[in-house]
Amino acid sequence: MASIQVSALHKRFDDFVAVNGSDFTVQHGEFFVLLGPSGCGKTTTLRMIAGLELPTSGTILLDGEDVTFERAGRRDIAFVFQMFALYPHMSTRNNIAFPLKCSGLSRSEIRKRVEETAQLLRIDHLLGKSVSGLAGGDRQRVALGRAIVRRPKAFLMDEPLGTLDTEFRDLMINELRALHDRIDATTVYVTHDQMEAMAMADRIAVMNQGMMEQLGPPQEVYDKPASVFVADFIGSPPMSFLKFHGELRPGDTSVQVNGAQVPIPEVREGFAADNFLLGVRPEHVRLDPASDLRGRVSGVEYLGTTQILTMNTPQGVVKARISSSEPVEIGDNVGLRFLSSRLSVFHESSGRAVRTALHDE
Amino acid sequence: MAEVTLKKVSKRFGRTTAISELDFTIRDGEFFVLLGPTGAGKTTTLRLIAGLEKPEEGTIIIAGQDATSDAPAQRDVSFVFQQYSLYPHLSVYENLAFPLRAPNRKMPAAEIAQRVERVAKMVRIDHKLQNRSTRLSGGEMQRVAIGRALIREPNIYLMDEPLSSLDAKLRVDLRLEIKRIQRDMGATILYVTHDAVEAMTLADRIGILREGQLVQQGSPREIYERPRNIYAALKLGQPAINLIPAELMPAEPKPPNTVTFGARTEHITISRGQNGKADGRVVLTEHLGNQSNLLIDLKGTQVLVLVPPESTLSTGDEVGLNLRHPLYFDREGERIQP
Repeated sequence: MASIQVSALHKRFDDFVAVNGSDFTVQHGEFFVLLGPSGCGKTTTLRMIAGLELPTSGTILLDGEDVTFERAGRRDIAFVFQMFALYPHMSTRNNIAFPLKCSGLSRSEIRKRVEETAQLLRIDHLLGKSVSGLAGGDRQRVALGRAIVRRPKAFLMDEPLGTLDTEFRDLMINELRALHDRIDATTVYVTHDQMEAMAMADRIAVMNQGMMEQLGPPQEVYDKPASVFVADFIGSPPMSFLKFHGELRPGDTSVQVNGAQVPIPEVREGFAADNFLLGVRPEHVRLDPASDLRGRVSGVEYLGTTQILTMNTPQGVVKARISSSEPVEIGDNVGLRFLSSRLSVFHESSGRAVRTALHDE
Repeated sequence: MAEVTLKKVSKRFGRTTAISELDFTIRDGEFFVLLGPTGAGKTTTLRLIAGLEKPEEGTIIIAGQDATSDAPAQRDVSFVFQQYSLYPHLSVYENLAFPLRAPNRKMPAAEIAQRVERVAKMVRIDHKLQNRSTRLSGGEMQRVAIGRALIREPNIYLMDEPLSSLDAKLRVDLRLEIKRIQRDMGATILYVTHDAVEAMTLADRIGILREGQLVQQGSPREIYERPRNIYAALKLGQPAINLIPAELMPAEPKPPNTVTFGARTEHITISRGQNGKADGRVVLTEHLGNQSNLLIDLKGTQVLVLVPPESTLSTGDEVGLNLRHPLYFDREGERIQP
């Protein structure tokens, strides 16, 4: 397997800039996820790594070798699209063997590789069967088998689980990640689904309008979002934002939000008076009748163990995830308290996170 | 809006039985969600009510009338599909107005304008009425598609996974909006999905569908707290309910014939160190940001418990498990009332 190094990568379609200066290195053995909404440039980035698009400028190194303008067929990379594309009239064996047919390998070598691959995916008992009779999960495994049988240097996957239903998706998320580890692969995976990204990635690159907003392990991206965009894109429901105006000085440990004093992690940089956003994740909100920070409940969503409350406050909508044993109804006026050590602060006009004690660890 | 009842409705395609003796009522003004995996018969049920399929057996009653052999147009239902199917050459306004322009309706222009504006506000697309529908984002397109269904007041709205093609954030937003709109309008909706969270948050009542049969119907809380069987118990709730063989926790009180404990995370208390009754070991901790998952091995059965992120338990630690009002299941997987 291989490392992939992307430097100063740009792609322009006429006057539309799809990718605006991507820089990242995917380590050997890493599961790397490009995450963002449609149109953010994630698929274009992947297609340039695959050689299906040529960059406007920048370089792509595969295992240290410059492949920026190399043809796709010569890059030794497997591209996995939506997974169900199988040849319906062929057996499992022939579907998996297909990519090797033109490789010049001997028959016995092909046979050996197909069998190894099938064992890896635990579908060796299905080799003789026609794929049209297989259940959904097995079809998916056959499609994966076809991608890995060539033993490429890297896998590129473009929303491979996009059309699956939830239960099946959860299963495939676990299988894909386990497979990646078992064959010691290098994988670049594109998705708009933050749950997939959080569950599978070693590192996530969050993209927005052609730019990389943040790059880091899932927990870091979740706990310490670098921008409003990231905070708002990750989490279900995502982070809530409360507007406030004021000055920030290094050493501050609280801010004024609509007259209520809200403790925050100690501020590490200074700002003149301006508009800011206080960012709070739903699980860091508690109801407290004594709190000065008030909200009106406009939505209650029962989830079993927990419930999600939507509350309107003069500073913005706040979502809370609390135990469903707490009785709350639409229309209730409630007091809010936050877990102060986990709060984020953003500079509103730039959208970027203000450095605080949150970023110390 | 109206009540819709299915009485012993069955539908076969060749040798496959898609729907088998389906019996349920969607009450007037109710949000009813059919929850089931691909192939359970959800979409077939919608199509049967819409008149796009004919049942082999059974009766479909819409607004008190037997509609089983009525043509789709006579049934007065409104369908929202999974993929937003808008007219690309028309503006948002014209897409919304389209169902009102049917020749047999002869609606005056002023009334059309009034209805379009009301619905556009409801689905929050009123600022883009003059835009071409192709110039909208995915979420906006699906809002228009939902608005186009809502512009009429039919007997019932039928919605086939309308949020499944949207990204997670939009899904959460639109979920709340659909619920709000339904409440404001007092609409009767039959909504099908494979997403349990969607079902729980939207439904007044859920019907759990499995291989063409209704396993259970009830409010989300009823099914979550009192599932009829293991299948229904596994459907709702994240993480999934833990199924623990009763012999692994012999000290726990239980009704006779209990073979399996169904223990949701809120039914389990863990203490550090062994308790001599049900001793396990933490095999995996996973920090998910909002909570931590502890995977505990209890004599070969894996038990998943959510703990606050502050918890200091870690892999390898010995723990004792206790249950508090769990569910009890018999040999057949049916729940036993304690």
